[in-house]
Amino acid sequence: MKSGSNLEKVLDAGNFAVTAEIGPPKSASAESIIKHAKEMKGFADAFNLTDNQTAMARMSSIASAVVLIREGLEPVIQMTCRDRNRLAMQSDILGASALGVRNVLCISGDHQTFGNQREAKNVYDLDSIQQLMVFKRMRDEGKVWSGEALEVAPPLFLGAAANPFADPFEFRVTRLAKKVKAGADFIQTQSIFDMERFERWMSMVRAKGLHERVHILAGVMPLKSHKVALYLKNKVSGMIVPDGVIERLKDAKDPKEEGIQICVEQIQRLRGIEGVHGVHIMAVQWEEKVPEIVRKAGIDNRRRDPNLKHN
Amino acid sequence: MIIGEQKPFKELCALLDGHKEILVAGCRSCVAICLAGGEKEVGVVAESLRLYSDLNGKEWRVDEVTVERQCEKEFVLDLIERTKGKDAVLSLACGVGAQSVQSLYPGIRVLPGLNTSNMGAPEEQGVFVEKCGGCGDCVLHLTGGICPIVRCAKSLLNGPCGGSQNGKCEISPDVPCAWDQIYHSLERLGRLDLLEELIPPKNWLPSRSGGPRKIVRPEAVLTPVEKELRGAKE
Repeated sequence: MKSGSNLEKVLDAGNFAVTAEIGPPKSASAESIIKHAKEMKGFADAFNLTDNQTAMARMSSIASAVVLIREGLEPVIQMTCRDRNRLAMQSDILGASALGVRNVLCISGDHQTFGNQREAKNVYDLDSIQQLMVFKRMRDEGKVWSGEALEVAPPLFLGAAANPFADPFEFRVTRLAKKVKAGADFIQTQSIFDMERFERWMSMVRAKGLHERVHILAGVMPLKSHKVALYLKNKVSGMIVPDGVIERLKDAKDPKEEGIQICVEQIQRLRGIEGVHGVHIMAVQWEEKVPEIVRKAGIDNRRRDPNLKHN
Repeated sequence: MIIGEQKPFKELCALLDGHKEILVAGCRSCVAICLAGGEKEVGVVAESLRLYSDLNGKEWRVDEVTVERQCEKEFVLDLIERTKGKDAVLSLACGVGAQSVQSLYPGIRVLPGLNTSNMGAPEEQGVFVEKCGGCGDCVLHLTGGICPIVRCAKSLLNGPCGGSQNGKCEISPDVPCAWDQIYHSLERLGRLDLLEELIPPKNWLPSRSGGPRKIVRPEAVLTPVEKELRGAKE
């Protein structure tokens, strides 16, 4: 065991893992996180807390994670390279670890010009692969990046993102291999709508044997309407939404129900792909639907340990 | 070369408010090539300022000059006569040039007429693009001759982020993804293997992060005796 996290145990035991995303509020009150925690408790093995998602200042992912821990849920903190240099990353990971956080997702982060404070200066001292290298050294060697020893090393389960829908496509598996080499224990992918392209990517992943070296959790996102689908397709870089999905939502009597149904079918299909060890559900501003999606997809067969018992 | 652009004319006028004896000083180097502060632009700005002054009763007396390179002392020293009696120099050189003038003429206020932007190159007529981040530790040999430090919006060193699509950067469809370009450059060079290597955290000490930079070439530095001799000669 590297971290003893619930997510690590679930994956190492060969179970199909479920993670779900919670967006911290633009608020000094943790009320919405507690509400989501109560709704989703027991329906996922761990819960991602986004880090200033879309480059908007929100409650910090680490503080939100502590709120989740108090509610008896296991967090995955996301940490972007946009807002912190290596000093801040290492100090935050030590602090998060001391507070009981075990899972961290290392990501570049959306560029700050997407947010509501476009004039901000970004950091990018490290990129997400270097961030993995730094955290791995902290965990495995008990050292900060410069080589100085830590008194106590942070037990971390290291995560990274993968986007099979970005370009150049042929490089996407190389990038995954680099992340694995840098220290990634698990991967959460970008939202999958183009199943064919994802399967093509997965076959390339398997050809390199990467599926045996890292746990891949396939990202899914329930869509509320065809307008949301169109927005993702046209306005969000690195997203592919096939016309078939858009048509289905457009023609549906109840688009929201159809969105849930599409998501459920995707999970069922993903579950059958060799090398996919779980799903990551990103129900953006729709977190309350996670239990329904998990139930309908038939992946609520296992009691998800709500008590955080770290070894 | 250094790329810059003129501040809006209204801002130039506001900068000069309260001054009377003005010298507009251009540079024949980089800023002339990027059409911001060469002799021609100096002429246009000076004439516009005279017109503005006449129309608005500012009583500015506007003189104009363009030097070979405003960043080098030797050329800026030639301005001794031209700066006499002036209370402001509006520099249309880059920030380096403006600072050179200020350091040699500490009694005259030097005002920046340009916004100095970046180190880049002319892409086509009238289009200038940033190329080099001046990080002090060049990696172009690893990246197919394309600088990821400044041409990637996130200065990534290990490949394109998840926002790269159809060769474009996530920040705008008008911005090419540098890592897409790097990928294809290395592909053409038959060196895609370079992309498989992990590039560890960068040493930013030689960059601006290490503080203001200074490069000394000891073999070229004059000894105190040589300096004295040269001083006597001049």
